[in-house]
Amino acid sequence: MNNTAISVNKISKRYRIGTQKQRYRTLRESLANSAGASARHIRTKLTGTRSARSKPTIWALQDISFEVGHGEVLGVIGPNGSGKSTLLKILSRITEPTSGWAEIRGRVGSLLEVGTGFHPELTGRENIYLNGAILGMRRHQIERRFDEIVSFAEVERFVDTPVKRFSSGMQMRLAFSVAAHLEPEILLIDEVLAVGDLSFQRKCMGKMTEVAGEGRTVLFVSHAMPAVSQLCDRVLVLTGGRLTYDGDTNTAINLYTRSIDGGQDVIDTSASSRRSGTGEGRIVQVRLVGADGGTVNFGIGEPFKVLMMIDLRDRISQLVAGFELTSLQGNRILNVRSDSQGLSFGPYLDNQVVTLTISVPGLPLYPGTYLIYPWFASRGGKRVDNLEEGIKINLVSQGLLESEALIQVGRGVILIDCSWEAHESTKRSDDHPTLSPSRATSE
Amino acid sequence: MSNEEAQIVRIEPTRGWVSLRLSELWEYRELLFFLTWRDIKVRYKQTALGASWAIIQPLLTMVVFSLFFGKLAGVPSDDVPYPIFSYTALVPWTFFASGLNFSSNSLVSNSNLLTKVYFPRLAMPIASVLSVAVDFALAFLVLVAMMIYYGIAPSWAILWLPLFFLLAFVTSLGVGFWLSALNVTYRDVRYTLPFLVQLWLFLTPIAYPSSLLEEPWRTLLGINPMAGVVESFRWALLGTDTAPGSMIAVSTLVGLGILATGAFYFRRMERSFADVV
Repeated sequence: MNNTAISVNKISKRYRIGTQKQRYRTLRESLANSAGASARHIRTKLTGTRSARSKPTIWALQDISFEVGHGEVLGVIGPNGSGKSTLLKILSRITEPTSGWAEIRGRVGSLLEVGTGFHPELTGRENIYLNGAILGMRRHQIERRFDEIVSFAEVERFVDTPVKRFSSGMQMRLAFSVAAHLEPEILLIDEVLAVGDLSFQRKCMGKMTEVAGEGRTVLFVSHAMPAVSQLCDRVLVLTGGRLTYDGDTNTAINLYTRSIDGGQDVIDTSASSRRSGTGEGRIVQVRLVGADGGTVNFGIGEPFKVLMMIDLRDRISQLVAGFELTSLQGNRILNVRSDSQGLSFGPYLDNQVVTLTISVPGLPLYPGTYLIYPWFASRGGKRVDNLEEGIKINLVSQGLLESEALIQVGRGVILIDCSWEAHESTKRSDDHPTLSPSRATSE
Repeated sequence: MSNEEAQIVRIEPTRGWVSLRLSELWEYRELLFFLTWRDIKVRYKQTALGASWAIIQPLLTMVVFSLFFGKLAGVPSDDVPYPIFSYTALVPWTFFASGLNFSSNSLVSNSNLLTKVYFPRLAMPIASVLSVAVDFALAFLVLVAMMIYYGIAPSWAILWLPLFFLLAFVTSLGVGFWLSALNVTYRDVRYTLPFLVQLWLFLTPIAYPSSLLEEPWRTLLGINPMAGVVESFRWALLGTDTAPGSMIAVSTLVGLGILATGAFYFRRMERSFADVV
């Protein structure tokens, strides 16, 4: 028994630029082109030179090879245009590879778009059947799961209404619901989770986890890192059409988030003119290091270190240092300083170089870009050097905190994990339920 | 589902002419059914006259033909009343023409499906032509009513009718295969189509009988498969003197030829559909 569900061997896909998507030719153009081509051909024959006017092409995928075992949930991540969707299109047989081959063992269901083939004029019921058939469900399967599909989508009252009268949210819910009830052995999914309102998104996520947990083989393309880290056992990272990583989920996510915004390791601040202070010393270098070696992108709640190298011109007996963290808009969020924890360092002599390491236990903040402004001073005195050009730090969602599962940017600042409990009791007429702790002992 | 577990799909680049994979098409017969059903359901949605459009088109054409060709020009009609003479031809013709129309545009108008889901692409034009068969059935009912009105009783020859209908189907589908595949790359098809159908109408003995032609030419007219279909329809239903002979033989050969070449050409072009459409 072979345990491989999908094997991909040196798959490459080339697109002719301009041919990709919607650009179609007219017959005349094509005739003109081929006439031109044969003229060129003759010229080549006659002169023996080749005109270098070959059509520009782009390799959407190059030499991709990997295998997926039965029951494995594999994530595929990478920046836009890295070939993720092309890979799924090839595996779901929508388009052919230019070279290489792949083998798939088992019934494949692919979900590249929610609501493919929905027809606005048809009713909800009719669309469920149509969409199900398009996605490869048998009629008896659809019949068996019809009620489930309808109730999952929460559209019971509108089953016999044309879909064009549905709100867009209802359409999306219905579409996702049909797709979620597919029963293939191998499921290929492209970025379909963010559907509907918050509570429905949660439901979708739950359904996906359920599907992944049923021992089905899933190939999941997404930009949503929390979803990837929650669902996938293993992740592929694609960059510019090449497979740059294949392995453990967390490493892959770190690799990817770092590659989005490849920052330098050491930030040279010695020459920066945007600074204030007495000038008796300077912060010459700053470096940020995450727990996984990241330099700019950190997971929410991921511990990291701020290292600063201070070049002293004058002696300093008690050195105090810290940094401020602001949002991109300049709102001050955090003020970290050693003296607030009763700490100072030194004494140091002039012409000494001091390297200070601040270990930050992780920032429970909403994802986004923040700025760090390091400074140092002598205790009780004025600031010696204060950088006024912020150092960029990106907090990215990596699923380290549970509370980042469904965050929406702009809806808050701080993320924390709380613990939750619920108790229920039966209502009695002679009794008024109350949260008061004295209730049990009263009377 | 477990008995299908052994199913292995191999994905690799294909070159040149490829097999039709008809067995796979058979596996997708439910999808074919649903696509046909959708096309039927949707076609006359939000129209005031609904499915009566299927009857109005050939009926009005018949009226116009009867006035201008039958009355004014005095075109002969093989000894049957001109209205039923032309209507009997218009019923299969309308089926052919709208089948051709829908199938030629089927890939382009369903491009969202082409780029997002896998299914045997041949299903798309097939479903289009199948859906038009319903219109044919409705128009045929009117034909039956007209036969009763004119008191024409069909002979045993009517048993051949399904085969002649099949020839119309095959021709429509074959040309549909060619044009739908071409339409993906060359949108010229969209503009050529109405013109092509109009021209084809006059090359088919609908307004006139093929008996106007001398024999070698009559058989030659059969190169147009619809000429064979139309004359056979008249023979089977009205008992005209156009019994299927060399003409329908030529028509059948040409019709099947168009179907086969169309299907293979379609399959050959299929690999680039999703990238080009």
